[in-house]
Amino acid sequence: MDRRRRSPLRRNPRLVLWTSVNDATRAPEVALFIPCFVDQVTPEIGRDLVSVLERLGCRLRFPEGQTCCGQPAFNAGYRSQARAMMRHFLDVFDGAEAIVCPSGSCTAMARRFYAELAAGEAKLEEQARQVCPRVYEFSEFVVRRLGVVDLGAKFPHRVAVHDGCHMLRELRLKQEPRELLRRVEGLELVEIEDAERCCGFGGSFSIAYGMVSEAMAARKADALEASGVEYVAACDPSCLLQIGGVLARRPGRVRTLHLASLLARGLE
Amino acid sequence: MNPASRFARAAASAAGDAELAAILRRNLATYDQAVAAGRGRFLDWEAARRRAQAVKRDAIAHLDRYLEEFERRITARGAVVHWAADAAAARAVILALAARHGVRQVVKSKSMVSEEIHLREAFEQAGIAALETDLGEYIVQLRNEPPYHIVTPAMHLRREHIAALFHQRLGTPASETSPEALVRAARREMRQRFVSAGMGVTGANFLIADHGLVAITENEGNARLCYSLPPVQVVLTGIEKLLPRLDDLALFWPLLATAGTGQPITCYSSLLGGPRRENEPDGPRELHIVLLDNGRSRVLADAAQRELLHCIRCGACLNACPVFQTVGGHAYATTYPGPIGAALTPLLRGPAYDHLAYATSLCGACAEVCPVRIEIHHQLLRDRGHAAAARRRGWSERLEIAALAWAAARPRRFERAGRWARALLRRRPDAVDGTRLDLLRPWTRYRQAPPPPPQAFREWWRRRAAGPAAPPPEKNA
Repeated sequence: MDRRRRSPLRRNPRLVLWTSVNDATRAPEVALFIPCFVDQVTPEIGRDLVSVLERLGCRLRFPEGQTCCGQPAFNAGYRSQARAMMRHFLDVFDGAEAIVCPSGSCTAMARRFYAELAAGEAKLEEQARQVCPRVYEFSEFVVRRLGVVDLGAKFPHRVAVHDGCHMLRELRLKQEPRELLRRVEGLELVEIEDAERCCGFGGSFSIAYGMVSEAMAARKADALEASGVEYVAACDPSCLLQIGGVLARRPGRVRTLHLASLLARGLE
Repeated sequence: MNPASRFARAAASAAGDAELAAILRRNLATYDQAVAAGRGRFLDWEAARRRAQAVKRDAIAHLDRYLEEFERRITARGAVVHWAADAAAARAVILALAARHGVRQVVKSKSMVSEEIHLREAFEQAGIAALETDLGEYIVQLRNEPPYHIVTPAMHLRREHIAALFHQRLGTPASETSPEALVRAARREMRQRFVSAGMGVTGANFLIADHGLVAITENEGNARLCYSLPPVQVVLTGIEKLLPRLDDLALFWPLLATAGTGQPITCYSSLLGGPRRENEPDGPRELHIVLLDNGRSRVLADAAQRELLHCIRCGACLNACPVFQTVGGHAYATTYPGPIGAALTPLLRGPAYDHLAYATSLCGACAEVCPVRIEIHHQLLRDRGHAAAARRRGWSERLEIAALAWAAARPRRFERAGRWARALLRRRPDAVDGTRLDLLRPWTRYRQAPPPPPQAFREWWRRRAAGPAAPPPEKNA
């Protein structure tokens, strides 16, 4: 453990690009950050994440102490409860070298909002400064940290990408999922109208203002159906739940798929 | 009905209105195209936004000093500055002026601050006829409606609606729908009023501290008539409209025009420095500036939310907002709708408007287009923070968050709670899907919910780690 920590390959992300991803001794150790929502509602996304990262030679661990990053409480305004959950998260992931999450939104919670939530408590601020930059969204980790874009997957379908708002505007990640999809054999990547437009999920918003939220999702579904795609891929399970929930009640045949699930299927 | 239920009802009804959606979509497509071209005219739009943000930050951080400088300089040229702490004080100042000069008729150019203080209603109650002279405002005045949008007040209407309205109210031929003819009819009504009005009321786009000037931009020339023909002129504006230097207009005029309508600059850009002086042939005999606080200094006092006062009222965030596009401007029932209104209204008008901070998916499209880079979606989160901290939220939400925090504190507890909840939901038969018996009804009423999985990720991981003989879990996807 200690020797590996000291290796320059561990410290400099650019050097990691030079390492072979199949070389198990050099591949990074990854702590899986499985959002509570994925854990409880869409665990198949977590399983697909595991299968893709293992194919890339990552050594995975799942810190079993993890629960919820606190985003639902933070977004509803309950900052002291959110702070308690953040404290728990930071303790669980303390010392991890790379933390990978299959949700742009939960990644954004740690990377963009923890600092504000920790403000005023020196020890917590310091801990957040240590841990948060190591939290990666899945496609970001694969493309930027591992430096891999071609996984050798096959998926002969027409696929659109939906940009999740947190991923796009808080993390500024737009090209990463596209770079991965472009290298998938047989896959035709289709840009839909208003790919950057919100699907209308918004957490409790989707329940408190259900009709408004549904109208927003319907517009997304219209754009998807008009584009003639078979699948819409995204890096946020919650967007997929929302879009999929509307698509399921329509006669059209567009299906939702998390990027990790798409890649996992393509690698089977 | 309280503002929260009124909003929920109006928003839901607008969300189901396909005709309205089509009108807004068409009007906004035109806007989007114009703005995209407009941004392209800037050498570096992002640099312009950053510069504008820095200028406004300085202006608002030193607002006290700049406002006094503005007052000193414009007063030296004979204008009178009135400081109004709230809407009632502002109305009282203006009505007293009208009474002193025996004003029976007022012409108004577009001003959201006048909507904020309900000035037109105050004039009407005092027996004074006040006419809106911006065409969009004139149309909504004829319809007895508040403006739909802070820049384009009649955004929710088609030309045919306006033709029908003019036919009914102004006697234009029923078949007449050409924009030229409709504008001509409105102008005929207005012209006489400009001449006979005893008072003109305008807003201000910017107040310039270093020269003591009021900057007004407009496209129809009506504001010019409002401040040059009537003998008494009132400029009514909020204290946050300040810019430190005249030079700042070189950035802010094109920035406002681009973000507001996509124009390089609006058709008429004017600077007012005071009333008519001796030997000058025209201009108002008296110029009164009413500076309105009405809650703004409360926002100013909060360093984390102060940037909301940087807003230059361009309307770009409304146009970019998927919620505004779905619910429209009237559902908000506030002076300032859309993202900036949702963030600002709970602070200006108080807890009765807390719900607006929650009526958003927090997508951040607003912040992306804001020409002064206000992080509106993060401000909405801060508004929510105030509402929850003051225990102003409903009991069910408080209970939900408390339950989540309780479960999340211990992983074993979290796992067990999740298993029970999933087991409960799995027993929910398909027959109840979307009905009142459905536990997931708030969700399934509008969308399908996926079946709860038999096994959480953590359970699968543990079994997998225990041995290679773990059975493959069934797929739900």
